[in-house]
Amino acid sequence: MSSSPGSSSIRMPGIAPLLVFASIAAMVLLVVGPLAIVFTEAFSKGLSRFFLEIREPDAVAAIRLTLLVAAISVPLNAVFGIAAAWTVAKFEFRGKSLLLTIIDLPFSISPVVSGLVWVLLFGAQGWFGEWLIDHDVKIIFATTGLVLATVLVTLPFVARELIPLMQDQGSDEESAAITLGADGFTTFWKITIPNIKWALLYGVLLCNARAMGEFGAVSVVSGHIRGMTTTLPLHVEVLYNDYDFVGAFAAASLLASLGLVTLVVKTALEWRHAGELSATRRH
Amino acid sequence: MIDQAIFRPVVPAAAKRPRLWHWREPSILPGFPLGLGITLLYLSLIVVIPLAALAIRPWELGLSGFWRVLTDERVLRAFRLSFGLSILAALLNAPLGLLIAWSLTRYQFPGRRILDALVDLPFALPTAVAGIALTTIYAPNGPIGALAAKFGIKTAYSPLGIFIALVFIGLPFVVRAIQPVLQEVDREVEEAAQTLGASSFQKAFLVILPAIAPALLSGVSLAFARAVGEYGSVVFIAGNMPFKTEIAPLLIVIKLEQYDYAGAAAVGVGMLLISFAALIVFNAAQILLARKGRA
Repeated sequence: MSSSPGSSSIRMPGIAPLLVFASIAAMVLLVVGPLAIVFTEAFSKGLSRFFLEIREPDAVAAIRLTLLVAAISVPLNAVFGIAAAWTVAKFEFRGKSLLLTIIDLPFSISPVVSGLVWVLLFGAQGWFGEWLIDHDVKIIFATTGLVLATVLVTLPFVARELIPLMQDQGSDEESAAITLGADGFTTFWKITIPNIKWALLYGVLLCNARAMGEFGAVSVVSGHIRGMTTTLPLHVEVLYNDYDFVGAFAAASLLASLGLVTLVVKTALEWRHAGELSATRRH
Repeated sequence: MIDQAIFRPVVPAAAKRPRLWHWREPSILPGFPLGLGITLLYLSLIVVIPLAALAIRPWELGLSGFWRVLTDERVLRAFRLSFGLSILAALLNAPLGLLIAWSLTRYQFPGRRILDALVDLPFALPTAVAGIALTTIYAPNGPIGALAAKFGIKTAYSPLGIFIALVFIGLPFVVRAIQPVLQEVDREVEEAAQTLGASSFQKAFLVILPAIAPALLSGVSLAFARAVGEYGSVVFIAGNMPFKTEIAPLLIVIKLEQYDYAGAAAVGVGMLLISFAALIVFNAAQILLARKGRA
């Protein structure tokens, strides 16, 4: 992202100011506008009202639940991402392209469908619905369901950052270590992890942002029980539908800040560690 | 993308080895069974079994029941709205994304890096947040909505509002798809065009456009795929009037609220089938364009 505009390429200098102005105008209108309105609405009734809204018990419960769901989902998908990348990038086997297609699948299905599938399995009339009711286990309309929906939606993030990078890196370094007598765990810990750490962080960052901000999938499995199964994005929805706009935008401003922090860290990683990220991230 | 050139044919090993067919190439690295085991177990539990539940559920209605759900007037209207607006939004994203990517790669101006980083904002902003923010801006009493209302144009709570949300959500896909290609367009080709006396506009349209066409198409298809399933940024601005501004994902939610699991699954499967068909068409067009570009 940091490379400067090409020198000898076609640039149409005559209309440059016009094109740049049009780009900035389009971005401000379409992208910056919504971001700005979140904060102006959140603080429209003053700072004290803002803090009142975000310290309200339901809001605090929503923040806690969001952190809890992300704290379970993100590590799970990080471990999966590392295991999948190790398998796919370091070995040659049949069926690999099918495996890659399945890993990418969650990105091409609607978030609502990603929630729906868990209801079909564990809902009152789902495959395991009766058994769960008999044994008094709650998955849908409970934290477990929120975690499952979030895990499905964010599954590809870490794997997608690691696989292309590890394929580029090949396995020469690891093979050398093994040949010299290192055991598998040492090789992985001392060679592979240092090689992929920035890409891993990048993937975890994107995974976390999506996990905390996910709406469609969790909305299907949540049941919207206030203070119990509403994550922060669902809390925003509940307040907004109750015409509590200041409260909704106060909660939304927390999520928007999360998005902004993610964007800043992501951009910093792309500038500082471009060589250690997957090729598609080296702008 | 990832899937290219990954599946290499298994090369028969040295003549000493009697086995002609084996499902993986030998490697001195450890951890294959463990890695593959974790990967397959996790994918089965999180992706394959749940999607199998989705694929199987509608059949309890029988083929005719399945068909009746999908051809119900309300469902048909929602599909037409979702897929139609998604295509239109992706098509608008093409020139818009091209304009922004062009400015970012070809010009030096103050704030260029910030603008570049902001392109990813629709990815980074949670969809519910984007949804209520867009609704506030385009509502009849919002800054842009009020202006449009003066000209008698209804933005929020109309198909136009849904369209705006879909353009917002799709923009980064197109910009990020063409940005690297625009940077790498063969200098020699450009310079040759210059030497041969082509005008700036001729160069732009005859030399660069064919070169970036496959990437542009790929960005457009990604934006389309995202738009079809999009929920959070659309439900608030849509108004959700049956037959008028109801999107397909919302119908799934409504059917679930009525405990019509099979109907919800049928709509979900229908959406997936149409999306995959559309993506196959996009992919075929992309391959054709790439071949043409090389010839």
